[in-house]
Amino acid sequence: MQRRTFVKGIAATAFMGVASTNIEAKPTRKDINNSNILTGNEFFLDIDYTTVNITGKTAVATTINGQIAGPTLVWQEGETVTLHVTNHLKKSSSIHWHGIILPPSMDGVPGISFNGIPPGKTFTYRFKVKQHGTYWYHSHSGYQEQTGMYGAIVIKPKKREPFRYDKDYVVLLSDWSDEKPTTIYRKLKQSSDYYNFSQRTVGDFFSEVKQKGFGKAFDDRKMWNSMRMSDRDLSDVTGYTYTYLMNGNNPATQFKALFKKGEKIRLRFINGAAMSFFDVRIPGLKMTVVAADGNHIKPVSIDEFRIGVAETYDVIVQPKSAKAYAIFAQSIERSGYALGSLTPSSSLMAKAPKMDKPQALTMVDMGMDMNMKKSHNGNAMKSGGGMKMPNKKSMKKMKFAAMEAQKYPITKLPMARGVQSTMMAMSPKYRLDDPGVGLRNNGRKVLTYADLKNRYSTRHDKKPDREIVLHLTGNMERYMWSINGIKYADAKPLQFHYGERLRITFINDTMMNHPMHLHGMWSDLETGDDNHLVRKHTIIVQPGSKISYRVTVDAKGAWAYHCHLLYHMTGMFRKVVVA
Amino acid sequence: MKRIILSLVTLFSFGQNLNAAGADDPIRTMFIMDKFEILNNDENTKVWEGSFYVGYDIDKLYIYSEGEATSNGLETSQNELVYSRAIAPFWDIQAGIAYDKNDDASQTWGEIAIAGLAPYFFETRAAVLFNGDGNVGLRLDAEYEALITQKLIFTPSLEADFYTKDDPQMNLGSGLSSIEAGLRLRYEFIREFAPYIGVTWEKTFGNTEDFNPVDETSLLVGVRFWF
Repeated sequence: MQRRTFVKGIAATAFMGVASTNIEAKPTRKDINNSNILTGNEFFLDIDYTTVNITGKTAVATTINGQIAGPTLVWQEGETVTLHVTNHLKKSSSIHWHGIILPPSMDGVPGISFNGIPPGKTFTYRFKVKQHGTYWYHSHSGYQEQTGMYGAIVIKPKKREPFRYDKDYVVLLSDWSDEKPTTIYRKLKQSSDYYNFSQRTVGDFFSEVKQKGFGKAFDDRKMWNSMRMSDRDLSDVTGYTYTYLMNGNNPATQFKALFKKGEKIRLRFINGAAMSFFDVRIPGLKMTVVAADGNHIKPVSIDEFRIGVAETYDVIVQPKSAKAYAIFAQSIERSGYALGSLTPSSSLMAKAPKMDKPQALTMVDMGMDMNMKKSHNGNAMKSGGGMKMPNKKSMKKMKFAAMEAQKYPITKLPMARGVQSTMMAMSPKYRLDDPGVGLRNNGRKVLTYADLKNRYSTRHDKKPDREIVLHLTGNMERYMWSINGIKYADAKPLQFHYGERLRITFINDTMMNHPMHLHGMWSDLETGDDNHLVRKHTIIVQPGSKISYRVTVDAKGAWAYHCHLLYHMTGMFRKVVVA
Repeated sequence: MKRIILSLVTLFSFGQNLNAAGADDPIRTMFIMDKFEILNNDENTKVWEGSFYVGYDIDKLYIYSEGEATSNGLETSQNELVYSRAIAPFWDIQAGIAYDKNDDASQTWGEIAIAGLAPYFFETRAAVLFNGDGNVGLRLDAEYEALITQKLIFTPSLEADFYTKDDPQMNLGSGLSSIEAGLRLRYEFIREFAPYIGVTWEKTFGNTEDFNPVDETSLLVGVRFWF
């Protein structure tokens, strides 16, 4: 894996050397290349095949305006934007404006919002921009997103934002493979661990035997072995085939964001990857997170954050010295990284820090009792369920208990337990303060969902009228993904009632993080403070955990609701009908 | 079953037209030659064991074939054609026909089998065979993969056959008929291609031993490949 990462780091494409693109840049600034940014209220976007060379070999990408990533679109809150999208591919295509609140016919999901854009045709999207912040757009057809169809959206606010900065950069993370997406999917179906080269070895077991004795080591394995689950299964697709990109640049060519000493820099992180979660840090700098999924949050100072597929985070950093800082985004399973430089000069590039060691999943990630984690010698199987009342635990725990205690009328949904589902979280818990596998106890201040508080009060928001519970289910052995044990092809649409406030609780019955994205409406995430529900469009549901959010059902029509991991999406998907 | 056959026609359009709905389960094929090896015994026996499937997540059509050929031209094989259906997260049930062949005779069976991944990651298959002569056979296979490194993989395997009746023509005797145990160590240059070395022990028992006495331990080299 390592070898591949470095070999791939060598080559670059012609147009990917584009230096920094500062959105705030005045036209008078001559050192900034703005060619990748389109501003205004009418846009022409062309979808076409483009030959690229990202890894040292040429491959054919599907691109928007001939570039990876596509152009950054800068809109103005309150204006109406018109986007003429022309499809030059031989197949149907589409563009979905991720996180944008708009009419259902403009949402760009073939089969739900519209029929797609046929080859050779132009579709004109037109809608009023009712929000501001950092978002992105991507194809919602086939696997075109994997092959290059994604770009950033920056919406300028009507009112001045409650924080200051001098420069503004988009940092769009993604994953690229020279393999065809259909080949990747076929391989996963044939052999689901095809891309996993961090599996348990005999040596791992023997070192555990040495550490804790044979009996204990064997016992610890028992649960995993009897369930036929792997504790090293962090990503389905890895650096074995992926090159990780930052604004289309590979780790060798590097994206460069320029700064002058003492300036405040706003970085708009977007995870536009098909399958990869990233753990992001800038060694030597604290980051102040000011927005999540486009919406302002109470600023929180951190060293590192995990960004799930389709999430966005805006951070502000203030470099103290005139040196190159690495913008380092390692993939969750540590098979590679995207790399850029925050640098005072475009000739000065930062070195990547060493990747962290991958961590194995724990019983907690399997949805076993949380107290297990604390008592290191505890028996994995004991005490199956029941909410333990917090004793000396933090206020956070108390708040989670309050979330646990919330009761609303539950609408029962169809549920199947069969071939689709290999596991059930026995005792799923709210794990909002859990940074997640790979980031636990790493000595750095890592952002968790418990840190996310809406900047503005949500005290007067309506309380939920009812609740639905959705289980995220899968069969990793057969590589099948579903919701409530029923895949999209076999599922009836979810019915949301216009005007209601709906609480949605997810229970993750798999060993994987799933970034769940509801189109058309906001997801107001419960993070322990009902007065400051954080507003998101994509919510990570951690392995074996539970999470709840509230949706004001204010958009009539048909919407997509799905896991944003591209190779999970076809099964772990629902159509939502609001009527 | 019907769906599989119909879809065979559209096999080559796989992946051509994907959108959000219904693309989760494209028809696919897999050919795997799990064992393709030569033994260092007197006959320099060549052994193969492989399978092919076409189908979907739940429904598949499988062909299994295993056998051996010696340098003096003697050949035996066991071949199966079964419809396979996933009935549990880790298990498939299969039904079809089996066809055994040796140099001077052959035998056709009806077959029902269960195949899947047992707890502790044992890849297993148990097949019950029955034929017109009233003979019933049971063939058991189990295999385990232990990773020495991410690419060096150690595979113990065990195979045992039982029958209710003697069949002298096919060299099969009632009761426990034969056991074959193997240890193989392969190196996956890529997932799809792995040469290996190993050792195998084969023994016949009871009446099978009378018809065809075998008790042999051999070293072997081979290659495992799939696509």
